[in-house]
Amino acid sequence: MEKKKVVLGVIGSDCHAVGNKILDYSLTDAGFEVINIGVLSPQEDFINAAIETNADAILVSSLYGHGEIDCRGMREKCEEAGLKDILLYVGGNIVVGKQDWNEVKQRFLDMGFDRVYPPGTPVEEGIRDLKEDLNITE
Amino acid sequence: MDAYLFIDFGSTFTKLTLVDIEKEEVIATEKSYTTVETDVTIGYENALKKLNQKVSGDYNIVKKLACSSAAGGLKIIAIGLVPELTAEAAKRAALGAGAKVIKTYSFKLNSSELEEIKNSNADIILLAGGTDGGNCDTIIHNAKMIEKFSISIPVVVAGNKSSNDEIKEIFGEKVEYYITENVMPNLNHINVDPARETIRNIFMKKIVHAKGMENVEKSISGILMPTPAAVLKAAEALSMGSRDEEGIGDLAVIDIGGATTDVHSIAEGAPSKPGVVLRGLEEPFAKRTVEGDLGMRYSAMSVFEAAGIKKMKKYLKYDDLDIEAEFKNRYTNTSYVADDEKEIDFDEAMAKVCADISMKRHAGVVEAIYSPMGMMYAQEGKDLMELPYILGTGGVIVNSKNPKEILQAAVFTMEDPTSLKPRRPKFLLDKNYILSAMGLLTTIDPNMAVRMLKKYIVEI
Ligand code: B12
Repeated sequence: MEKKKVVLGVIGSDCHAVGNKILDYSLTDAGFEVINIGVLSPQEDFINAAIETNADAILVSSLYGHGEIDCRGMREKCEEAGLKDILLYVGGNIVVGKQDWNEVKQRFLDMGFDRVYPPGTPVEEGIRDLKEDLNITE
Repeated sequence: MDAYLFIDFGSTFTKLTLVDIEKEEVIATEKSYTTVETDVTIGYENALKKLNQKVSGDYNIVKKLACSSAAGGLKIIAIGLVPELTAEAAKRAALGAGAKVIKTYSFKLNSSELEEIKNSNADIILLAGGTDGGNCDTIIHNAKMIEKFSISIPVVVAGNKSSNDEIKEIFGEKVEYYITENVMPNLNHINVDPARETIRNIFMKKIVHAKGMENVEKSISGILMPTPAAVLKAAEALSMGSRDEEGIGDLAVIDIGGATTDVHSIAEGAPSKPGVVLRGLEEPFAKRTVEGDLGMRYSAMSVFEAAGIKKMKKYLKYDDLDIEAEFKNRYTNTSYVADDEKEIDFDEAMAKVCADISMKRHAGVVEAIYSPMGMMYAQEGKDLMELPYILGTGGVIVNSKNPKEILQAAVFTMEDPTSLKPRRPKFLLDKNYILSAMGLLTTIDPNMAVRMLKKYIVEI
C-alpha cells in the first residue's frame, strides 16, 4: 500500500529542533512518508507543503509557549486552500505555564484541530492515533 | 590553422569569436549590428568580413556554433501549483535555461488565463505542479485546459511523475509536448537541470527557425542555446572545472545589458555562520536571476525608478547633471553612446546601481529572531557573504576604464544590513567579452573551455 504522508514542522518563531527530529525519525520508522519543513515555519509553509504533496495529515509542534497565537486561523486557511478533510494535530508545550489542560485542549479543538497533545506526550501515542484516524491496519 | 568560430546573435550586436584550436587562443573578436528584421545573415556576414580583415593568414573553420538572444530571446510561461513552490521552481528552471519568463501562473487555470496564454508570444510553456506522488488534480486540470484551448506552443511537462500517463493521453496528437523530470520531486529538493536541458533542445531544434534565422542556419553548424544559457555554462565551467581541469571555485557573474541585468551564482550558499536556520525553497547550485527593470538603455527609466535620485547621487562623480533628463535621453535613444567624461560617468553610475540592486535581489537575506536566550537567525536564499569572486561582463563593464568600481557596487554595505551579499570578493573581468563563446565551447571540449577561461578571465 502507498505510504500515508504527513507534513511535520515547528510553527511560528519557534526554533526548538530536537523534538522535531525525533518525531521525523519515529514517524518514518512507523511507515509514514514524512515531509519535514523544520523549525520556524509559518502556517502557510505547512499548508503549501500539504497541497503540493497531497498530504494526509499536518502535525504541528509548538514548544515555546506561543502556540495558541501561531495556530489561530490554520483550519480556516486549510479550508481556503482546498485541504478539506486534512487531519490537523498539535503538540509540544503549546501554551505558557500551567493552565488547566482540559480548557487548553478544548480551545485548540474549537480552532479545528483534530487532536491536541499535552507536554511530554510520547511519540507512540501520536502514531497510534494517526493510524486510527487514517484507517491504517497492519 | 584550424579554428572554431563562435557567434552570439545578440539583440543589438552579432559578436564573433575566432579561436585557434591548437594554441587555445582567441585569434580575433568582431561585432556588427544584428539584422533580425531582414535576415540575420547580413549582420553575420558584415561581422565576418571585418573579422577576416583583422586576421592575417589562412584559417580553416572546423565548427561554427552560435547562441542567440535576438528577436526577444527565448520566452517562457511557467505554470505550477503553489506560487512559492512548484511555480517558483518552474520559473527558476526556465531562467536557468536562459529564458525570459514572461509570466508565471499557479493553481488551476481559468479560461481567461488560457486566453492570455494563447494570445501571448511565448515560445515554450513549462508545466509543473505537485511533488512526485503528490497533487495530480491541478496539473491534469491545467493540461486539459491547454488541450481544450488548442494551444500551439510546445509544452514541457515537468511535474508530478504520477500524472504523466494521464497527461500523455490528454495531449495525444493535439498538443506538442515533451515530458521530463519533475522540477520539484519532493518538497525539500528542486531539480531544474533536466527541464533546463529539455528546453534547450527544443530551442535548438525548433524555436530558432522561426526568427528570421532560417537562412543563417545553413551556413553554421547550429544555434545551440539562448545566450544567457551559454553565459551560465561558461560560469559553471570556470567555477567547477571539467573532468581534467580544476575550476576556481564559487563565483557570481554580473552581466549588465541594455534591457536587463543578469546575475548568475555558482555556489551552494549555505549559511556561513553557525546558529542560522534555513528557510524557504532550496536554491539551485547554478542560479540565474534576471532583472527586467535594470538595464542601460531600454530599461533606463525603470533604473531611475528603482534607484531614485539619492542612490544615483551616491554613485555620481558630477552633481550638476539633470539626472532625470539623462535617464530619459538614454531610454528614448537606445543606441546612444556616451562619449565625454561626464556622460561616461553617468553611464557607470547607472551600471553601479544595476550591480548594487541586482546583487541585492539575487543574494539571500537573514532575519533576526529575538529570544531571551539571545538572537537566532533565519536565512532565506543564498548566503554569498564569503563568496570569493565576482565576474563582470556586458558592454558597460567590459568597455569601462574602471570595471572594478562598478563591480564594487555589488558588495555588502551597512545600507542593507540583512542582505547576504558578498563582503570581500575578488573581482574578475571578461576582458575579451568571450563568456558566451566559452559556454558554447563547453559543448565541444569542456577541458579546453576551462583552460581558456582561466587564461582569458583576468583579475582586476
Ligand atoms: C533545549 C531547549 C531550548 C534550546 C533549543 C535548542 C534547539 N534549537 O533545539 C534553546 C536554548 C534555544 C531554547 C530557547 C528558548 N526556550 Co526552550 N527549552 C529547551 C528545553 C530545555 C528542551 C527542549 C527539548 O529539546 N526537549 C526534548 C524534545 C525531545 O522534547 P519536545 O521538544 O518536548 O518534543 C517531544 C514532545 O513534546 C512531543 N511533541 C512535540 N510536538 C508534538 C506534536 C505532536 C502532534 C505530537 C503528537 C507530539 C509532539 O514529541 C517530541 C518528541 O518526543 C525545554 C524544557 C524541556 N525540558 O522540555 C525548554 C522550553 C521548551 N523552552 C522554553 C522557552 C520559554 C524558551 C525561550 C522562549 C526562552 C527561554 N526561556 O529559554 C526560547 C525560545 C526560542 C525560540 N525562538 O524558539 C520553555 C517553554 C515554556 C512554555 N511553552 O510554556 C521550556 C518548556 C522551558 C521552561 N520550562 O520554561 N530552548
